[in-house]
Amino acid sequence: MQSMNLLGAKTLFLREVRRFLKVKMQTVVTPALTAFLYLIIFRYAIGDRHVPGMQVDYFTFLMPGLAMMAMLQNAFANTSSSMIMGKVMGMQIYLLMAPLSALEVVSAFLLAAVVRAVVVATVFLAVLMPFVDIGMQHLALIAVYGVCGSMIMGGLGLIGGMWARDFDNVAMVTNFIILPLTFLSGVFYSVKQLPEFWQHINHANPFFYLIDGFRYGFLGVGDTDPYASMAIVIGSAAATFITCWYLWRIGWRMKD
Amino acid sequence: MYALEVNGFHKVYDNESGQKTALCDVSLNIPRGSFYALLGPNGAGKSTLINILADIVRPTGGSATLLGHDLFTERAWCKRHMGVVPQEIAFDPFFTPREVLHFTSGLFGCIPDDDWIDELFARLELSEHSAKNTRQLSGGMRRRLLVAQALVHKPQLVILDEPTAGVDVELRRRLWSFMRELNANGTTILLTTHYLDEAEELCDHVAIIDRGNLLTAQPMSQLMQQVASSHLWLQYDREIELKSDDQAALADFEPRLTTEGICLRLSSDTEQQRSNSFHAAYEAAVARFGPPLDAGVRKEDLEDVFLRLTDKHGDDACNP
Ligand SMILES: Nc1ncnc2c1ncn2[C@@H]1O[C@H](COP(=O)(O)OP(=O)(O)OP(=O)(O)O)[C@@H](O)[C@H]1O
Ligand SMILES: [Mg+2]
Repeated sequence: MQSMNLLGAKTLFLREVRRFLKVKMQTVVTPALTAFLYLIIFRYAIGDRHVPGMQVDYFTFLMPGLAMMAMLQNAFANTSSSMIMGKVMGMQIYLLMAPLSALEVVSAFLLAAVVRAVVVATVFLAVLMPFVDIGMQHLALIAVYGVCGSMIMGGLGLIGGMWARDFDNVAMVTNFIILPLTFLSGVFYSVKQLPEFWQHINHANPFFYLIDGFRYGFLGVGDTDPYASMAIVIGSAAATFITCWYLWRIGWRMKD
Repeated sequence: MYALEVNGFHKVYDNESGQKTALCDVSLNIPRGSFYALLGPNGAGKSTLINILADIVRPTGGSATLLGHDLFTERAWCKRHMGVVPQEIAFDPFFTPREVLHFTSGLFGCIPDDDWIDELFARLELSEHSAKNTRQLSGGMRRRLLVAQALVHKPQLVILDEPTAGVDVELRRRLWSFMRELNANGTTILLTTHYLDEAEELCDHVAIIDRGNLLTAQPMSQLMQQVASSHLWLQYDREIELKSDDQAALADFEPRLTTEGICLRLSSDTEQQRSNSFHAAYEAAVARFGPPLDAGVRKEDLEDVFLRLTDKHGDDACNP
């Protein structure tokens, strides 16, 4: 029976956290700035128009979704950039050589991605707090959706980073898969505003449930039942984790 | 008792550019406490073998045990008990050498031991650079930092893939004396190098591979006694040519032209044979080319043996 290398996993986790703390510009300043820009643009350009069928104004409706989007993008960026940097610079072999199991490696990477996402969302919402009532009605929902969402995206970043051969490949995944899925996930609209056909399409987008449930946690309104969707979200997070674990275990696209 | 037993390692690289057999059923036994040289020309498969041990490359076939533990089923245990210096140098550009070692200790599940780390820096002459950024280190310094990294968790088997490439003479000597000391304290060392004179001086065992095939593996002294032979060299003041009848007459001595004359191999199984062979070779050469300006006998060193073995080895079944 082999004991877990907890110190090793912790060391890797701390390195990943340090990596994003070193780029404070991206992790702290950027979300604060975008929050501020959203505030100006949406608040003052759109005014207090209401979302059809919901008791909230459009700006309030937008904010939780935008916060979630920032979380998702940052979780993805954290793992994918670490993987591709390690690969391109040849540092990945030290991780492969270390006595760490796939479970330990993947946990460390995903936990760091979640931490980064939480830091980003906190900064983002802290800037908005004085200007808009974001509610926070169901903290448990916010936590489950926030953590699962970041885990899924952290996991996809890990897989994308393993698959990629260079920075271009990562940009490709980001631009052609991640961006469209997040933009089409109902951050900017309620699906009820869409024609029926597009509503169905939307329901097939996993990000839709993430954003909708997360928003429900804040505002208490949404397009789906957030407790029913929780099963989808937790299931997706588990599936992502297991896929990462398996791919790391076989050294997918890392070991010749 | 062996520190490491490698059984039938086989590796076929399979990627976009096609298939390439890099190792062909290579088996090696590294005795505990030995200082083992793994030698071979560029592309022989040395790094492939080491990278399989280090878990960077997946083997196509084969098995291995480290100190009685199966390498593939008890991977974490094995990794904790071996330290590998890979051939490629790579560092996190944001780390200082001390941070690199702290990080590596942690990954290996050891609480960083600063006394040991300081000793490593001192022995590898990195003390004054320990707080610099790894980007500011020279190539040789980085190579030495890699060595420190492999030793930070005090492994029982140290595997070094060309640890002295790019390291200057003086530091190379000190690096070797450090390795010798580790070895004297019980650490088993497996290394590759292209400095054959150093390997001959340092190592007590040697294996030579070429194009994925193991050519020989034995104690250094045995190789030098049994495989290394003596040569008779004859110096002439004119150009010597080896015509086909010369070749035939001297065939027993595997004649080779040198810049100054000719070189004949003496059979070396026994003292008596060597003496007979010497006379026969000398007389045969004189009969063909006349008396030489100068002549002498030279014992093959490891480099000669290496060149002879890897040269002879033309085509092989594994890599046609
Ligand atoms: N990733 C790879 N894909 C395909 N072929 C490879 C790969 N890595 C190595 N090879 C091939 O396998 C063979 C053995 O390479 P290896 O790196 O093990 O040699 P080596 O003995 O370490 O040589 P050197 O002394 O130059 O370091 C070479 O022919 C090499 O071209
Ligand atoms: Mg090599």
